[in-house]
Amino acid sequence: MKRSWNPALWVGFALVLIGTLSYPYFFIRFPVTRDFPWANLLLLAIALALIAAGLRRAFQRPEAYVGKISGSILAVLGVFVTGFFLFVVFYMARQLPASSGSPKVGAAAPEFTIPDSLGHPVALSALLDSSFRTNDWPSDAFGRDKTDGLVLIFYRGYW
Amino acid sequence: MAAVSVDSPEESERLRKLAGYSFLILCDDQDELIRRWDLVHAHGGEGGKDIARPAEFILDSTGKVRWVKLTDDFLIRARPEEVLQVIDSLHLSSPPSD
Repeated sequence: MKRSWNPALWVGFALVLIGTLSYPYFFIRFPVTRDFPWANLLLLAIALALIAAGLRRAFQRPEAYVGKISGSILAVLGVFVTGFFLFVVFYMARQLPASSGSPKVGAAAPEFTIPDSLGHPVALSALLDSSFRTNDWPSDAFGRDKTDGLVLIFYRGYW
Repeated sequence: MAAVSVDSPEESERLRKLAGYSFLILCDDQDELIRRWDLVHAHGGEGGKDIARPAEFILDSTGKVRWVKLTDDFLIRARPEEVLQVIDSLHLSSPPSD
């Protein structure tokens, strides 16, 4: 008797990849799915359940279904990929150093001068000066007459 | 607003053009500012490079810090709506005289 294909295994594994990759490429764009990755965890739970169902079928009814070997490999890979996702999101992302020495609320922000993306040196005091203009920027960026303050955002970079 | 990262001016300018950002991007490629402001994430970048830990500051026109957000999870940052709300609540156009 020809044994039938065991699609739950392959669909499940494909869903592991989708459930993982859709975080950096899609769900990270929306605060509700980024701050806690519930959409990805849901996809991964369904994916692993499908793989488990496929494996059970392969081992309990080997005369009817294929997938003992391929299913085992896919299950190991699926668990590994899921584990890596959980590691990055719930562990690695939280390994930021504390910052006891950064300027506190109420303190004067220490002056600095560093280049902008065109290589021109920019001082903090110049940014706070109402006459600050950058010729190379669109006029709406710094076109106002008065500076009320500055939002300064530090990024991890690699853009 | 101004953004800061440890990327070089060339890399930052490429991003700025590509993404069409109109805000200022400052390039702390010598790690000078993030060291002085204690915002270094040692070996946090590719190849063990030191990068900035994510942080957001709001300064008033006198250069005084009025609001700080230091996240402990790099996936969770200050949201634009949150920053705008804080700016409104701080009444930055009339800084306190203390």
